[in-house]
Amino acid sequence: MSSLTAAGLAKAKGQGVKRSDLLPYLGSKLAAALVSFMVTLVIGFVLFSLMPADPVRTLTRGRPTSEAQLVQIRLQLGLDDPIWQRFLTFVGNTLKGELGYSWQFQQSVSSLVLDRLGPTLLLTGTATVLSIALGLWLGIRSGWRHGSLFDRIASGTSLMLWSVPTFWLGMILLVAFSVGIGPIPSLLPAGGMSDPSLPQEGWAHVVDVAKHLVLPSLTMVLVVFAQYVTVMRTSIIDEMGSPYLLTARAKGLTDDAVRRRHAVPNALLPSVTMIFMHLGILVSGAITVESVYSWPGLGYLTYEALRIPDLPLLQGTFIVFSASVIIMNLLADVVYRFLDPRVRAQ
Amino acid sequence: MSAATNAPAALDVPRHHAFSRFCRAFAKRPAGLAGLGLLVAFGVLALVAPLFIGDDQLNVIKVDGPQLSPPVDGYPLGTDQAGRSVLLLVIWGSRESLSIGLIATALTVVLGSAVGLLAGHYQGWIGKILMHVTDWFIALPSLPLAISLSAVLGQGAASITIAIAVTSWTATARLVRAQTLAVEARPFIERAKVLGAGNTQIMIRHVLPNVMPLILVSSTLTVASAILSEATLTFLGLGDPTSVTWGSMLQAAFLGGAVTAGAWWYLMPPGIAILIVVLGFTLVGRAVEHVLNPRMVGR
Repeated sequence: MSSLTAAGLAKAKGQGVKRSDLLPYLGSKLAAALVSFMVTLVIGFVLFSLMPADPVRTLTRGRPTSEAQLVQIRLQLGLDDPIWQRFLTFVGNTLKGELGYSWQFQQSVSSLVLDRLGPTLLLTGTATVLSIALGLWLGIRSGWRHGSLFDRIASGTSLMLWSVPTFWLGMILLVAFSVGIGPIPSLLPAGGMSDPSLPQEGWAHVVDVAKHLVLPSLTMVLVVFAQYVTVMRTSIIDEMGSPYLLTARAKGLTDDAVRRRHAVPNALLPSVTMIFMHLGILVSGAITVESVYSWPGLGYLTYEALRIPDLPLLQGTFIVFSASVIIMNLLADVVYRFLDPRVRAQ
Repeated sequence: MSAATNAPAALDVPRHHAFSRFCRAFAKRPAGLAGLGLLVAFGVLALVAPLFIGDDQLNVIKVDGPQLSPPVDGYPLGTDQAGRSVLLLVIWGSRESLSIGLIATALTVVLGSAVGLLAGHYQGWIGKILMHVTDWFIALPSLPLAISLSAVLGQGAASITIAIAVTSWTATARLVRAQTLAVEARPFIERAKVLGAGNTQIMIRHVLPNVMPLILVSSTLTVASAILSEATLTFLGLGDPTSVTWGSMLQAAFLGGAVTAGAWWYLMPPGIAILIVVLGFTLVGRAVEHVLNPRMVGR
């Protein structure tokens, strides 16, 4: 079943046609991604512009304001314009990269987002690479020998880690390795991305950031890799009964070679899509983990926005997070087509 | 399942048989039974909590325990910053955490099933539009959406519940739609149509009972993730600041410096409570899934 509008379209059009329909395929995927982004904008507009009862009241909360000032602010925010006009202004501004003005930082949301993008990419990137490596390896191992002791331990551990809130795991790791309990001394820094007392450049800075990165990325890996184990394990088990594996064994290949050369490449395909589809989890992980460790990324920015609540900032992070997931899904569709000849042939 | 629907005229007898067969099969799955046991224990504890926990133990002004103390006599799990017993707080917190989880799941399942049934039954433009809406919601990252929604709706249990439901109904909707399509292809639906059954009657009397087992499985798993989401949203400061839930305990601990103080006795219990309940629902859900779907044997 096609998951997106355009996927169905591409399928219907592409029947019987071979490689030549790459461009229409990419085009339809791109169109679907754009539609998704527009829907995100509509949802963002409804959430942040239509639903709050009185933005001016929230904005001026706790400060004495005269009636004239209130009218002035309403005029500035364009709150008296018709809804469609406000929506068009909002879409236009977003496409230009103007995400509004943060109430608490007194700074444009776009510049705040840009500042925080690097740390988030560093953290989620490290965590993704590590958890994919760990998750796929464990998943292949436990799927190939499902029911074995190794499988039961791996599956049990992933289930336990899945059942735990990310932020709680973060706090426990913080107590254990940063504050130190009992015989364990304080090993790692508690929060932030670097020690302000050290120089902010050169080799010392890299080592310092790496030290700060250990606990946040460990927390994210522990929560995320469990998903990959489950996905990989299931698709290995799905491949197990396939006749081509019997053929491979009949040729006299060792068990190891059958697994590595024949089962894994086929089982990897559904896993790749699932991994991309689970990117939303990574975003959630970034928000909770960065909040616990005060890691100065987009997730922590969301946390800071929530405390006020700073609606323009929240809207900005919502749009950025949604856009990144949409882009990743688009990438997944494209990559998948190159990986799986069967999709191309369809 | 099939026995129950092939003979709706024979009333409850085959349905009863199917149910007892289901129970016997479920009883053979030790993991599922263990999960059920954990859940029953927590449920009973949450229900009887008002018998031994009152305002005297929960009101920060009335309590007289040591502040942020490790486990001592009379406080088996230690105390929080205000001197309240962590054990009693965890038991009390189970009430709201569980009820938010269950209510959010009920909302999710009703919303998801309704969309799924309609999309599966009306395969024309109504179904197409509903599936597009579902796909758009799937593409959105759920935590930022839930955070934004409950921030806009204001702090409190109600807005958290709504936020959870709005972000998690899509899985149920897709599942129910797929199953509805499968059921509607069967001959007995055609028979019902020939005999003059309307759209509503087909959906409610014929399709829904067949989709129900699947909804049951997915809802057990939904409770697990709803409880996790509740804890996360409350921890991020979106819950009612005056109520005691597992999420709000962890938030209070975090903001109150329990981490820096190394107060593991304060941090562990709420997290372990969440772990046990989520694990319980997941184990029960998986066991039910295995019982209802014989093809899953060996997984």
